[in-house]
Amino acid sequence: MIQKDLTYKKNLPRNIIGKLLTFASFCFSTIAIAPLILVLVYVVIKGGSVLSVDILFSEPQPPGDDLGSAGGIGNAIVGTFIITGIATLISLPIGVGGGIYLAEYSKGGYFARFIRFGTNVLSGVPSIIAGVFIYAVIVVTKVIYGSMFSGIAGGISLSILMIPTVIKTTDEGLKLVPDELRKASLGLGASMFTTITDITLPSAVKSISTGVVLGLARAAGETAPLIFTALFSYYHITSFSDIFYEMSSLSVLIYNFALEPYKAQNELAWAASFILVTVLLLMNILSRYLGSITTNK
Amino acid sequence: MTSENTTKYSLRRRPKSEKLIDESFRKLTIAMAAMVAVVLVSILLVVFFESTEAIGRYGLSFLVTSEWNPVTDEYGAFTAIYGTMLTSLASLLIAIPLGVGTAIFITENIIPEKIRNLVGLMVELLAAIPSVVLGLWAIMVMEPFLRPFLKQLHENLGWIPIFSSEPIGPGVAPAILILVVMILPIITSISRDSINQVPDKLREAAYGIGATRWSTIFNIILPAAISGIAGGILLALGRAMGETMAVTMIIGNSNNFSWSILSPGYTISALLANQFGEADGSQVSSLMFAALILMILTLVVNIFAQWIVKKLSLKY
Repeated sequence: MIQKDLTYKKNLPRNIIGKLLTFASFCFSTIAIAPLILVLVYVVIKGGSVLSVDILFSEPQPPGDDLGSAGGIGNAIVGTFIITGIATLISLPIGVGGGIYLAEYSKGGYFARFIRFGTNVLSGVPSIIAGVFIYAVIVVTKVIYGSMFSGIAGGISLSILMIPTVIKTTDEGLKLVPDELRKASLGLGASMFTTITDITLPSAVKSISTGVVLGLARAAGETAPLIFTALFSYYHITSFSDIFYEMSSLSVLIYNFALEPYKAQNELAWAASFILVTVLLLMNILSRYLGSITTNK
Repeated sequence: MTSENTTKYSLRRRPKSEKLIDESFRKLTIAMAAMVAVVLVSILLVVFFESTEAIGRYGLSFLVTSEWNPVTDEYGAFTAIYGTMLTSLASLLIAIPLGVGTAIFITENIIPEKIRNLVGLMVELLAAIPSVVLGLWAIMVMEPFLRPFLKQLHENLGWIPIFSSEPIGPGVAPAILILVVMILPIITSISRDSINQVPDKLREAAYGIGATRWSTIFNIILPAAISGIAGGILLALGRAMGETMAVTMIIGNSNNFSWSILSPGYTISALLANQFGEADGSQVSSLMFAALILMILTLVVNIFAQWIVKKLSLKY
């Protein structure tokens, strides 16, 4: 039978099925987002409630039951900054350099394809493997001034995780730079080096910094590569040479103290989570902001 | 007049120093790019050579025995390998409908665009929560909350092997659930991106010949976006396999093999995280062997992901 009128019939099977599916997709997204929001709420409430100036600046004390004498997470905050700083110092030149090669010099040959493929594969390597690798080549062999577990080893293992992100965003950022700029510069007689450092890199700097911030945020939250490279320390970092010794970080502190049977240590873990999550979310928003400036231009 | 001009503006030759800088900069960038390959290859080589002792001693029986005894020096990683496969595949099965469903929900015009963008932004921001924080939440909040439900499951359905043990705390089931939470943002954001990239023309054409919203989605949009979605799913699988901290904290870390998902178990990454620090002698070599297996598993999944994105992507 041919339908004569064109009005919407809500009792047709296809319309009922459509409504049901729409409702199902609504339920799915609610289920998907709920736990993530719950995590955030718990971190803010549990972590925020125990946070105090004292906790932010003092070093953790040996495990016990009393939050008053449990100390703080000051050295872990500093440690996280130092370790991710080392990771950035290593991965920035390698990542930006590699990205420049891929976007500016390579002509899509075998080597460049292999590097792009390798970058993708490297970004999929489990973070704990990076830790195992650095443990085998740096911690056991004591190549760095005879130190075993050290902040430097931790930083190097994190840099392995950062490099792919930096390369990819540099590569993509440089590709977005209009070719006219490049041709104009070369046409004026500038060398390739001048063209890259004075023309293309400055116009891609925002998208590159987006990638660096994202990579940094990922590295700062990583724990697995640090638990047997940087290990953990109960003491403040007082001198430069401390980077050659065990160094604490927020993520390892959370891991260690979450598994302690004492309540005070668990509370410190929540406080550290609060700090870590806040900083990471801010970094992500910052990278998004940088990205939005780039696209508006 | 003219002759004066030509001498004044005669072509300048590039000085040697400038050429040198130019060339060495190019070499430098090549070296930096090569670093990626060097790191990747040396990870493989180091993990392989460190594990040769265990490979020689146990061979393939390492994969099928579940003994892990540092006292008698007997090692087998079956429990851990089984745990890695089980947790990652089970979490993927739960996360695919949730993630793709969410992606559809925030790309269709079911709710106002502002809210959709907000939900999308939230999913992406929540992906930034480090796994150790999720692990903390899992042992402190999620597991105690879930335990009564899991107990019910055991009491009512205990005759099914996977529910055959009493839930006593950390175990495989909570680990699967926390993995779902971890990989959901990956699947959602990648599916969302690839659905957004489907040209509007296709959707309009489908609506134009009278297709409903959902038949458009199932017959037009999803098939067109399948390459990206499949790639995202495989990426999530790789992430789930290699995920360490949250799983280590919640899975219970026991090497006794059990079919029950309510009992404690192990994954390869949890095994590494737990034992690597204190291991010595042939235990290190055995752990390296386990790391090599994990490395190969994730490599295969990741390479397959890249291949499938290339293979399935439709050209418009």
